[in-house]
Amino acid sequence: MEDVTYTLEFEKPLRELEKQLITLNQVSKESKVDVTSEIEAIEAKIDKTKMEIYSNLTPWQRVQLSRHPKRPYSLDYIDMIFTDFEELHGDRRFREDAAIVGGPAFLNGESVMVLGQQKGRNTRENLKRNFGCPHPEGYRKAMRLMEMAEKFGMPVVTFVDTPGAYPGIGAEERHVAEAIAVNIRDMSALKVPIVTIVIGEGGSGGALGMAVADEVMILENGYYSVISPEGCAAILWKDRAAAPQAADALKFSPEYLAKFGVVDRVIDEPMGGAHRDYAVAAQNLKTAIVDSLAKLQKKSTEKLLEDRYQRFRNLGEYADSAAMEA
Amino acid sequence: MALFGKPQYSTVTVKKKDIPKDLWTKCPKTGEIIYNRVLKENLMVVPSSGYHFPLKARDRIASMLDEGTFEEMDMGVHSLDPLEFNATSSYPEKLKQNQDKTKETDTVISGMGTMGGMPVSIAVMDFRFMAASLGSAAGEKITRAIERGVEKKCPVIIVSASGGARMQEGILSLMQLAKTSAALAKLSEAGLPYFSILTNPTMAGVMASYASLGDVIIAEPEALIGFAGPRVIKETTQQDLPAGFQTSEFLLEHGLVDLIIPRGEMRDRMINLIKALYGSKKSA
Repeated sequence: MEDVTYTLEFEKPLRELEKQLITLNQVSKESKVDVTSEIEAIEAKIDKTKMEIYSNLTPWQRVQLSRHPKRPYSLDYIDMIFTDFEELHGDRRFREDAAIVGGPAFLNGESVMVLGQQKGRNTRENLKRNFGCPHPEGYRKAMRLMEMAEKFGMPVVTFVDTPGAYPGIGAEERHVAEAIAVNIRDMSALKVPIVTIVIGEGGSGGALGMAVADEVMILENGYYSVISPEGCAAILWKDRAAAPQAADALKFSPEYLAKFGVVDRVIDEPMGGAHRDYAVAAQNLKTAIVDSLAKLQKKSTEKLLEDRYQRFRNLGEYADSAAMEA
Repeated sequence: MALFGKPQYSTVTVKKKDIPKDLWTKCPKTGEIIYNRVLKENLMVVPSSGYHFPLKARDRIASMLDEGTFEEMDMGVHSLDPLEFNATSSYPEKLKQNQDKTKETDTVISGMGTMGGMPVSIAVMDFRFMAASLGSAAGEKITRAIERGVEKKCPVIIVSASGGARMQEGILSLMQLAKTSAALAKLSEAGLPYFSILTNPTMAGVMASYASLGDVIIAEPEALIGFAGPRVIKETTQQDLPAGFQTSEFLLEHGLVDLIIPRGEMRDRMINLIKALYGSKKSA
């Protein structure tokens, strides 16, 4: 028997319809009764319901999509967008961190350095990937590879998908904050084009440590936030269950990110989320990356760095009464 | 672990309610009762135990710069409410409460001055203001202080204390990490020294940006310094934290902090460091 694919809470109406559809398909297979018209009716209803649900997602519902266990991860996109990826490992200081993957690959035949934060699809994989929560070594490996890209004149593409850097004893002992800070600083001055795409979760400093780019993009159901909605809820509402309210208050959905200038473009996902059609999601992503790199590669290094500096220099909203008086 | 030494027992028993609030303070380390005027004259450090209380940003600046040389800048830079943030209370209300409490507009006080006659661009975070959380206004003031270093070819000193990025400004707060760190790349490119002084507590976003990027990183004794909060780490890992975890001393031992300097020695030793790293350039 086929499984239901609409598993999130807000997808319940779809799940019910899907179950009916599965039953009808079963009936049509097992008996000679013609249920074609019933099937068509339910399919039409599914399409209509999909439209209703997915065109009105709340920020919290999109967070759930960004964390969907079937969502494509960095390695899925790398596989679909690039060719001949060779993964390089280790920070040359302490160890390999599998929560971040990276290495050279080819994009339409051109060599690029591609990096991504990598989640696991099941328990065994997540033990290895640490649920996509990098340790300091991951950030240091990422910077090592970005410096390699600079040395050999390769553009850099980074995929961001992390709940955040790992809050652990070892991570603190080896200064995860410093690792992130160094990446942020050194990416700001890296002499090759950098494109970042938030493909799922953009969890705070852990995301930013791989996201200081010339162009920052986000998939339609991704989020990029200073703190997780649960973390914010725990602090301000004293209750993690207030995460949906926190998700509203933090205004971290792609439309706001674009309005604030934090992201430069929002990439469409297939209806219902990237996991419902990997190929379409990857194609949309590839088109955006190719377009962006083509533009960036036309710039001189000097202009590239100045524009990148100004891009981040201008972020933030404040008032300056002295400037107004002057 | 003998990090904090043995508690010393006070011979006088004083009930909390008997202590006039603004006259005496109890040392959290030893329980000793100290006359507030003594504490203030000693830069809020308990003379006998060496416990460092938070120091107001302006008092900090006065304690470090040559007397009368501080020229405050960017006083007009203040926070807005870009998210129209409303949780249990509104952000503008929260700002107002903190402004009334501290008589400051936000968490960073910055400007120019001299130390031992050498020019410095200085920015100091005041923990009393919303736990010195980093928002757009604070990020802008820090960035301008760094850019002033580049422009005036002088060292930059940032005295940090912070609970992290300011949630109420959401993603824009996070972007201040990038803005400030990128400015530090320029300062470094210009060959000018940046001194990062970490005070109790310096955590999260501030630590994951400028606070960790000093050419020299100095900590005050026994400050809490780290990325993730100890409670979060404990909950996530279900492990007991090592003794002295995330203290200045722990970070010195683990190689992040260059040196620990007690507040009373800070000015003299900073002047020494500035002379060493910058002094020879000054006359050039």
